[in-house]
Amino acid sequence: MTNKNHTTNQLNINQAIKNNLIASADVAVIGGGVVGCAVARRMTLEGASVVLIEKASDILNGASKGNSAILHTGFDAPEGSLEQQCVSTGYAEYLKIHKSFNLPIVKIGALIAAWSEEEESRFDKILKKARENGVRNLRLISQTEARALEPNLSEKIRSAIAVPGEFIIDPWSAPLAYLQQALNNGGQALFNAEVTSGQFDGANWLLDTKLGQVRAHYVVNCAGLFGDYLDREVLGASEFTIKPRKGQFVVFDKAANNLLKSIILPVPSERTKGIVLFPTIFGNLVVGPTAEEQESRNDASVDKAILISLKEQAIQKLPALANIPITATYAGIRPATEEKHYRVIQKADQNWITLGGIRSTGLTGALGLAQHVHYLLSKQGAAFKAIENPISSQVPNLAEHLPRDYEKSGYGEIVCHCEMVTQREILAVQEGLLPAGSLEGLKRRTRATMGRCQGFYCSARLAELTKGQFANPIAIGDVDE
Amino acid sequence: MNSSIRYDNCDVAIIGAGPAGLAAAIALKKKGIERVLVLDREGEAGGIPRHCGHPPFGIVEYARVMSGPSYAKRLVKTAQQAGVDIRLQISVTNLGQNGSLSLATPAGTIDLKAKRVLIATGVRETPRAERLVSGGRVLGIATTGSLQSMVYLKNMIPFRNPIIVGTEIVSFSALLTCKKAGIKTIAMLEENKRPTVPWPIHHSTRLLGVPLLLNTQIINIIGSKRVEAVQILDRRQKIREIICDGIIFSGKFTPESTLIRMSHLSIDPETNSPIIDNFGRCSDPAYYAAGNLLQPLNMAVNCWREGRKTADWIAKDLNDAP
Repeated sequence: MTNKNHTTNQLNINQAIKNNLIASADVAVIGGGVVGCAVARRMTLEGASVVLIEKASDILNGASKGNSAILHTGFDAPEGSLEQQCVSTGYAEYLKIHKSFNLPIVKIGALIAAWSEEEESRFDKILKKARENGVRNLRLISQTEARALEPNLSEKIRSAIAVPGEFIIDPWSAPLAYLQQALNNGGQALFNAEVTSGQFDGANWLLDTKLGQVRAHYVVNCAGLFGDYLDREVLGASEFTIKPRKGQFVVFDKAANNLLKSIILPVPSERTKGIVLFPTIFGNLVVGPTAEEQESRNDASVDKAILISLKEQAIQKLPALANIPITATYAGIRPATEEKHYRVIQKADQNWITLGGIRSTGLTGALGLAQHVHYLLSKQGAAFKAIENPISSQVPNLAEHLPRDYEKSGYGEIVCHCEMVTQREILAVQEGLLPAGSLEGLKRRTRATMGRCQGFYCSARLAELTKGQFANPIAIGDVDE
Repeated sequence: MNSSIRYDNCDVAIIGAGPAGLAAAIALKKKGIERVLVLDREGEAGGIPRHCGHPPFGIVEYARVMSGPSYAKRLVKTAQQAGVDIRLQISVTNLGQNGSLSLATPAGTIDLKAKRVLIATGVRETPRAERLVSGGRVLGIATTGSLQSMVYLKNMIPFRNPIIVGTEIVSFSALLTCKKAGIKTIAMLEENKRPTVPWPIHHSTRLLGVPLLLNTQIINIIGSKRVEAVQILDRRQKIREIICDGIIFSGKFTPESTLIRMSHLSIDPETNSPIIDNFGRCSDPAYYAAGNLLQPLNMAVNCWREGRKTADWIAKDLNDAP
């Protein structure tokens, strides 16, 4: 796919405003998070014409921007739930397709570590639930074995359950690859196009967006943190209310990465899933997330006291972290609702499906949810003919264990030295199918400024390379002499 | 530039073309060491002084008062005249046993074998994340280094009305940079009761009309896309808001030592610097360290002195070797 297709996908705004109808498709997907990108891909592959509508200038601007980057087996999902089903099918599909997208995976497995007798007493329940969920390879291991596997963990560990199927992936390249494949096969994406209202005439929806109107036969609400708003604005009511739940994370420097071989999961309590310690595919080590209820759906700010407490909790479990510098801190907001489970609601008489309350398992569950959307639409009579030989969509590798761009000659210069991001990588992204619309988007696509210096060296060069490309630029002007 | 030295055949490889690295390279050549290679990841040699657009540099080294950029140029020229081979845009990606280095270059990856290696990778300022400051993760947050490279190397500005956090020498360097670039600094914040720099430097804030808020901490960054304001806890323990569009986190220098941390060399967990003996030698005797990497943040002249001193030891070591 070349740049020319990109312009047709993005539509000429001036012309669009004149006609007011800017897109027409079988399926409109509202929301460009991981779920929306996966649904856009699935429905495109199934033969539908698809338009993805996103209110921000880039994908992954809400809940999907901060998560724990783990591909879950679903061993602890509620038994027999839709969440469990979607995580399980999503997991299987990811394993099947990741290579064709050049998406990395490290099959590191997890240990559910018990640090007290009380925690150990809950192991039976966890093992039973996993069996019921069809995840059969969990294994109880002794303190000795746990310490042999993870010699850097505190000796206070009592025992653990090994979950060999929990893997780490690149949480931002995956949805990017999904949407790119949709675009490569005829899909469209509209940005800065918040949906404000809509009318249904019994057969088609006419959605009003900030860019103009979009006509679609079916609508899939993947609006994440604003899913309930959208249902209220367009349908008049929502069956759930989003209860935003913030999760803060602390990222340790790359020197910490080799302190752990696996993901260290906590024993979940009634109240919280607890704090995870995990190596990332980019070669860092992260501790988080917290679970803080808040009113705001946008406020992903961090809090010093909480970051310090996260750091202390991490050091308690992994004492060697005491000497490792902190590289970054971040927060994500999960779109929880008043109930624990996924809130998938089909209004067959209105050709509308809402995928709500996709909380912490969304990264894995997205591909499964997308399959489920196809199933729901088929059930209500939608008949599409699947594309025979879909064009694939490769994303550049950012994972540390695989060859990176700087290892191949001709990269021009290294722009970000901490993360070894090359000029060639940045230019390729900005000239590609879905260029970054913000510095954050560029960070997610290339890792530039994500390292230990947080832009001390490269932000000037990045400001120069991205001049005129971002609505919110890195530099706001030139030096006035 | 002299490019005759082959990568498999080098006496001393120096990582970092700042004042410490270049001074050591010059001294090594003067001691008769033949093949001295200086590697730097940037496109230009000279290190941090390149973007310190103000004096005083060079008083001891060149017996005159120079600006950072002219000092850096002069140092590079001296090195080249001495026959030092400076190679730019080369990133060292691994420090191996006995001086085997892995390099990334625009022409591909290369292995370098050097008899001795001098690590002179310098320091960086502690950014916002590592300081664990509360608030939004928004645009408009800089360090002195990122501000100065934007202003002096790219002629661009990241904000118009920032506050500066810190009162180290470098904080005043940030203040001067803002003044020069037409950026109006709203205030300077210092968490301690007194500024870090001695009188009379901190009086320059008064001359520039910038309030110096002592005993004041930044407790929250407010903004949705860019910095819109900061909350501070002032000396009366009252929370106040200052409207601004940027924050410069200045100083709190920390060694640029991840390469060492990721290697077989021993590191001091307290200081983040490599552990060295009395001769600047690391735990693997093929490696030496010098400059700000060891003692953040010395003035350029101290790094220059230390580079020369360490060069003496390396030269002696090489001459004594069988």
